Amino acid sequence: MSAPASDRTASPLIFELGQEGRATQYVEHGKPLRSFMPEGVLRDDLPLPDNTELDVVRHYTRLSQRTFGIDVGFYPLGSCTMKHNPKVNDALAGVREFAELHPFTPDDLSQGALQVMYELERSFCSLFGMAAFSLNPAAGAQAELAALLIAKKYFRERGETQRDKVIVPDTAHGTNPASAAMCGFKVISLKSDARGRVDPAEIRTVVGPDTAVCMMTNPNTLGLFEERIHEIADAVHEAGGLMYYDGANANALMGNTRPGDMGFDLMHLNTHKTFTIPHGGGGAGHGPLGVAGHLVEYLPTPYVVREGDRFRLDFDRPKSIGPVRSFWSNFAHVVRALAYLYANGAEGLTKVSQYAVLNANYMRVKVAEFLETPYPEICRHEFVASAQQLKKETGVRALDIAKALLDRGYMAPTIYFPLIVPECLMIEPTETESKETLDGFVAALRDIIETAKTNPQELLDAPVTTVVGRVDETRAARQPDLRWRPPR
Amino acid sequence: MYTPHTKADIEAMLEAIGIGSLDELLRVPDELKLRAPLDVVPALPEYQLRRRIEQIAKRDSGVDYVSFLGGGAYRHYAPSAISALAMRGEFLTAYTPYQAEVSQGYLQAIYEWQTYICLLTGMDLADASVYDGATALAESAIMAMNATGRQRFLVSRAVHPNYRAVLKTYCDGLDVAIDEAPLTDDGTTDLRVLAEMLRETQYAGVALQSPNFFGNIDTLDGEALESVHKNGAVPIGVVAEALALAALATPASWGAQIVAGEAQSFGVPIAYGGPYVGFIATTNEHMRRIPGRLVGKTVDSAGRTAYVLTLQAREQHIRRERATSNICTNQAHCALIATIYLALMGKTGLRDVAALNLERSRELATAVANAGVRLRFSAPFFNELVVDVGRPAGEVLAALRERGILGGLDLGRWYPEYSTCILMAATELTTSGEIAKLAAALQEVTRVGAGV
Amino acid sequence: MVQPELLYSKEHEWVRIEGDRATIGVTDYAQEALGDIVYVELPKPGRTVEQFGDIGVVESVKAVSDLFTPISGEVVEVNAALETDPAAVNRDPYGDGWLVKLKLKDSGEAKNLLAPRDYEKLIAE
Ligand SMILES: Cc1ncc(COP(=O)(O)O)c(C=O)c1O
Repeated sequence: MSAPASDRTASPLIFELGQEGRATQYVEHGKPLRSFMPEGVLRDDLPLPDNTELDVVRHYTRLSQRTFGIDVGFYPLGSCTMKHNPKVNDALAGVREFAELHPFTPDDLSQGALQVMYELERSFCSLFGMAAFSLNPAAGAQAELAALLIAKKYFRERGETQRDKVIVPDTAHGTNPASAAMCGFKVISLKSDARGRVDPAEIRTVVGPDTAVCMMTNPNTLGLFEERIHEIADAVHEAGGLMYYDGANANALMGNTRPGDMGFDLMHLNTHKTFTIPHGGGGAGHGPLGVAGHLVEYLPTPYVVREGDRFRLDFDRPKSIGPVRSFWSNFAHVVRALAYLYANGAEGLTKVSQYAVLNANYMRVKVAEFLETPYPEICRHEFVASAQQLKKETGVRALDIAKALLDRGYMAPTIYFPLIVPECLMIEPTETESKETLDGFVAALRDIIETAKTNPQELLDAPVTTVVGRVDETRAARQPDLRWRPPR
Repeated sequence: MYTPHTKADIEAMLEAIGIGSLDELLRVPDELKLRAPLDVVPALPEYQLRRRIEQIAKRDSGVDYVSFLGGGAYRHYAPSAISALAMRGEFLTAYTPYQAEVSQGYLQAIYEWQTYICLLTGMDLADASVYDGATALAESAIMAMNATGRQRFLVSRAVHPNYRAVLKTYCDGLDVAIDEAPLTDDGTTDLRVLAEMLRETQYAGVALQSPNFFGNIDTLDGEALESVHKNGAVPIGVVAEALALAALATPASWGAQIVAGEAQSFGVPIAYGGPYVGFIATTNEHMRRIPGRLVGKTVDSAGRTAYVLTLQAREQHIRRERATSNICTNQAHCALIATIYLALMGKTGLRDVAALNLERSRELATAVANAGVRLRFSAPFFNELVVDVGRPAGEVLAALRERGILGGLDLGRWYPEYSTCILMAATELTTSGEIAKLAAALQEVTRVGAGV
Repeated sequence: MVQPELLYSKEHEWVRIEGDRATIGVTDYAQEALGDIVYVELPKPGRTVEQFGDIGVVESVKAVSDLFTPISGEVVEVNAALETDPAAVNRDPYGDGWLVKLKLKDSGEAKNLLAPRDYEKLIAE
């Protein structure tokens, strides 16, 4: 487990520790601020705690021990691709020439950094069948936003301002409709068919002269491959719309088939999923945005261009939607992603997605022995199970299963997503996990399902081995306490 | 490769699935099969890939130049304990803390981060982070639009040009118009004109940055604040150099209801532009409009203190197209770094660093003035200042570069009227020797008649 | 639990009509289905609302639902107590958990609403 079971006393806040004047000194003492600036522009007090380095080290070490990461245990969080994050990536992101390079360093003196960006971009283009990638977006959602801004501008320039609808399947991630709304598009939600796919016939009924973009992911969030993606793309293209590929699931197809060949015009990658960028407890991520040839000019600025054996940041791109962030990219992550490409090469990446799919299917058939799997067919890198039947029989919900898994030393799968599967558990093992780990998880899950039938209360009370028991989310939302306040 | 599969594993797993081969498992329609070999960088064993990337890193690198670059990314000292703690695998390889019971540590750290930002800005609450300072401003503008129902936004020309450009990118998507308030001749926002603009037009929000892009203190005064209130616009304070919050009167004290900022200065590597960490802090009134994740304090089933992601109904995974923002993955790990930085420095250390920044930048000002170069403005500044070199700044910067110095930013890039001006930053890391070297070089290259 | 003296909408709101005033809330069935309510967003007094149009949202921890008014009118009062005590909607949906009071535009609209018995049938389905 992430922390010894005995460590259940509350951890004080850093603000409740320390004494003024105790802070370890890292720089020389400065003169009083008033000697430099008029009193009126200065603040009166600075109510921050002073702690020694030792106290700070113990405090955050303790907090780390109360946190579950991939380095701690199996993390089958569907849609998030929690694979091993190689340590060499971090070492390379930390080399001085990268870590200490100022973003305004002239291009002539940033050639190494620019080459890293260029090599990653070119490799992505080949791997995914796109003409160009912008490495600027900070995460998948920001790439979605940038892509939709591109679509908006593209249609505006073609005089097709009536195109104000974005189509998303009902299995789509929440960021897809939210990004569409941030560009002023109206969202049309598309029902999946009985096989969990988008039916091209259904698409034909909703596309038209008002269609701007259709956003899809393939395999979809149920882990199912949309074999008829070409027909869907044709329908959208014939209506004059653009196809967007949400690349959160790229780990299922990397090196085996390409979104560009499926007819997608725009796409993003979440390198913090597919390309082993550590997710860092919520970020930073990195969301490269790929486009087909006709949309290259619209990419956000700046864009890395190569001239002979030199590289430069190109800001002068008249059709661009403009910049989407303060500086050029989450560059430390660009380095990590490139290191990962070098560690694998094309052949390795092809194997990565094959093993990811192998692991998911192996788990799917094992889990199907004791839990409903609503789509019993070959899946890709992830699959969904449902606790609906179990809930009817025993009162045990997906949430309870999740909490019981925590007690058994595993991170829980994604639950209650996609929205169309009741009591959904979405399981993504990733390729870096061994058969033994998968077998261990399946056994734990099997034990939980059996317990549901014999002693459901044990699951309703879970987790009991963690530093706190089930957390009261209702109270948190009804009486928001979002910060510590100094005692008066 | 980082996969564990032995031949025997693969066979056993295929058999369990009931399928003959991996190819069969990944079968796609013919038209989706790869038609050409992939053109990806070659596979290398770890020691060689390390060598390869370290070699690339060394290519024409300006990292060892004496640097006065600032402009929204700052070189500050980061104690060694930061990376020792932040790089612990439990933190680094965790996902967003959806399962609170096994994420109490990270959740508490974010709660501490939210608190630090509140204490520094004077606001009631802060989010768990947004992408960076520029998107913090853009998202704050959207908050202001949602609060007022208005579709026009006012921003000072002294706000970081990159932030303004990103604001425009986001506003284009929502068909929101942006007006810019002009500058005084002293490198601050012209508050008289600002007040006039506010009398004439209804705005969703008004954004000022302090210290502004030129390094100058630039806040609303009482009169300007009153015109903002009369207008009904939401006053927004922008912070690109978070260290200044340790020294200057809080944005809350001059009337800001939203603070949009960048916290890279708090120990986050400068790393050629990212990842950094944006934050939005605001008053309770705007609590439900804030974008991004929030951590709240609550109790567990036994009544023990516990932390959890809260007010999630604002967010995309629940509210979808009606969410306050599309943000999902944020910059949590950079926020963790900043939190540990603030914990290590403490009140005393942070004040010291702020004081050293003031001292070194004033030393820089004196040195360049003694070298015969004019300070362009006389407004109080934090750790950046603008000098007028009397000829195209680009030429002077190129000449400095030949002498191993990155002298600062050519303001003409964003302000045509300041094409002979350079924005220079000095921090606690800037040495007297470096300042002397710059002053001597400046004297040489700006000497009347000197060919640069 | 359905109250005999009220009228209902298919969207699970109730209305109590007294002269030209109407009080609106969500039904016991609705609060049960929503789960623990953590926040209620209500229209500003003075706003006119159309029958079956949306007037706000209720939030539970993991869901957001629209609120629709069963009848047209001008908002004259909102239940400010819900700001600090949204749980009142769960506790007492027909009493302390009321949402808004309207000045009625057209009491004839009542014919578009369900009588208690019909609403009971609806939720039994
Ligand atoms: C299917 C899908 N789309 C989009 C996103 C959004 O990506 P990000 O979190 O990088 O913004 C995610 C990530 O959670 C996802 O799973």
